Amino acid sequence: MKKYEIRLTGSGGQGLITGGIILAESAILDGKNALQSQSYGPEARGGASKAEVIISDQEIVFPKITECDLLLSLTNVACNKYIHTLKKGGILVIDSTVDRPEREDIIIYQIPILETANEKLKKAFVANIVALGAINKILNLVSENSLEKAVLKRVPKGTEELNRNALIEGRNLIK
Amino acid sequence: MAELKLMQGNEACVMGAIHAGMRFYSGYPITPSTEIAELSAELLPKYGGKFIQMEDEIAGVAAALGASLAGLKSMTATSGPGFSLKQENIGYGIMAEIPIVIVDVQRSGPSTGLPTSPSQGDIMQARWGTHGDHSIIALYPASVKEIYTTTIKAFNLSEKYRTPVILLLDEIIGHMREKIDLEELKNIEIYDRKKPTKSDDKYLAYKVNDGDIVPEMPSFGEGYRFHVTGLVHDETGFPSNNESVADKLLNRLINKIEDNKQDIVNFEEYLLEDSEYAIISFGAISRSSKVAVDKLREQGIKIGMFRPITIWPSPEKEISELSKKVKKIYVVELNAGQYFLEVQRIVSGQCEVRKYGKINGDIIVPQEIISFIKEDIYA
Repeated sequence: MKKYEIRLTGSGGQGLITGGIILAESAILDGKNALQSQSYGPEARGGASKAEVIISDQEIVFPKITECDLLLSLTNVACNKYIHTLKKGGILVIDSTVDRPEREDIIIYQIPILETANEKLKKAFVANIVALGAINKILNLVSENSLEKAVLKRVPKGTEELNRNALIEGRNLIK
Repeated sequence: MAELKLMQGNEACVMGAIHAGMRFYSGYPITPSTEIAELSAELLPKYGGKFIQMEDEIAGVAAALGASLAGLKSMTATSGPGFSLKQENIGYGIMAEIPIVIVDVQRSGPSTGLPTSPSQGDIMQARWGTHGDHSIIALYPASVKEIYTTTIKAFNLSEKYRTPVILLLDEIIGHMREKIDLEELKNIEIYDRKKPTKSDDKYLAYKVNDGDIVPEMPSFGEGYRFHVTGLVHDETGFPSNNESVADKLLNRLINKIEDNKQDIVNFEEYLLEDSEYAIISFGAISRSSKVAVDKLREQGIKIGMFRPITIWPSPEKEISELSKKVKKIYVVELNAGQYFLEVQRIVSGQCEVRKYGKINGDIIVPQEIISFIKEDIYA
């Protein structure tokens, strides 16, 4: 397996850091190496939020990502800010509310992540899990079993069914 | 059976501290160290310990000193601005020989600087932040696993040498999460302060027994009468203005550390055997340097890295030896050139020393180290 570098971006409060942690934990459950880091502005809500995950079979030495293999953007602000960090040939996953950027050299998935969470699952806060379901369907980075296990370990008690459905709905967004 | 976990650096610091026997934490939260306070608050009561959030950083370190005198292994954590505030009481801890661990998760400064940006700007503050002539122990790990083990080492050294020990982290390693196997760390040894066994009228709180490095340390309330002061004191612990008492005490406090470097100093050598060039780097930035070393070697440049884990006292002997072997040493650090000064002092002309630093809040990436060194070598 090659080294995968993933950047999850959006606004503070969208659960992207939790999403990054879950993805890294599921990779460890699969016996891989994973490193997760983050950056956020001084504010806890709003602002630009970014979580980074590196997954590899090898030791991960440099802990940060310069250019990523996959970029997730849930807001226009985040997409505009980070689109230049996506590798040539890389994969961009954006929410339907985000404008399609003008880059010919990447693969773009524009999917209704926020709408699926808000309308279908009736809970805005599972958008991060919907996104994880979609990302893993695209990249097949970790086993579905490990991803589900990692999700259920991190989410509040009583929301297990909701989050399991969020993963499935996310997966179904990728045809 | 491996017990694999994804753990944050700050979290590993608390887990290591509890392993080492920390049962008291007092402090005032500040980014990027806050998780250390949060997790200590959550875990300490479960281990029969105490957590207190104090009114500010000064009180945070003061309460930790008090708790240590009362017998509990104590820790406080902060970042640059709070580290400045703690300096006066760090000096008190050195003078009164009180073991505590002070964690500084470095961020950009001076003053409140860039609140969420990384830095390695407190290297010299760790050494000389408190006033007066003194020696200090400061350790600086570079991974989540090493944060765990180095926090234990910080407690062990503070107990063994009866002195405050500074644990330097940075925003990058403090906040990042990586894989750790708790099972393989289970049996790390811990060191507890040596206590006196009998109290009599002739008990001298600050007398060093033959064969010992530091005076035995009873806990307050165990029946020993003693006095604790930041003033120069004789073996009774009471203040003295006598020159020979001052000379003896201050030199003893310095030498208990300087004479035991063999035990205290810890470092990593990476691909140095055949090297013509060396990078000196520590903390998060050593990880950038390591990648740079690998890439430069692929391009035929014989280079390696020396990584001090014990920043203070500096690995003087090892750096001096290194400077006799290589053509040039590059000190790569996330500041304007602090450890560079120490390396230059140690090397004292035995080879060339150059610095590469940065102070804009960004991390140093491997590529810029590679470019800097290649430009320098082929210039």
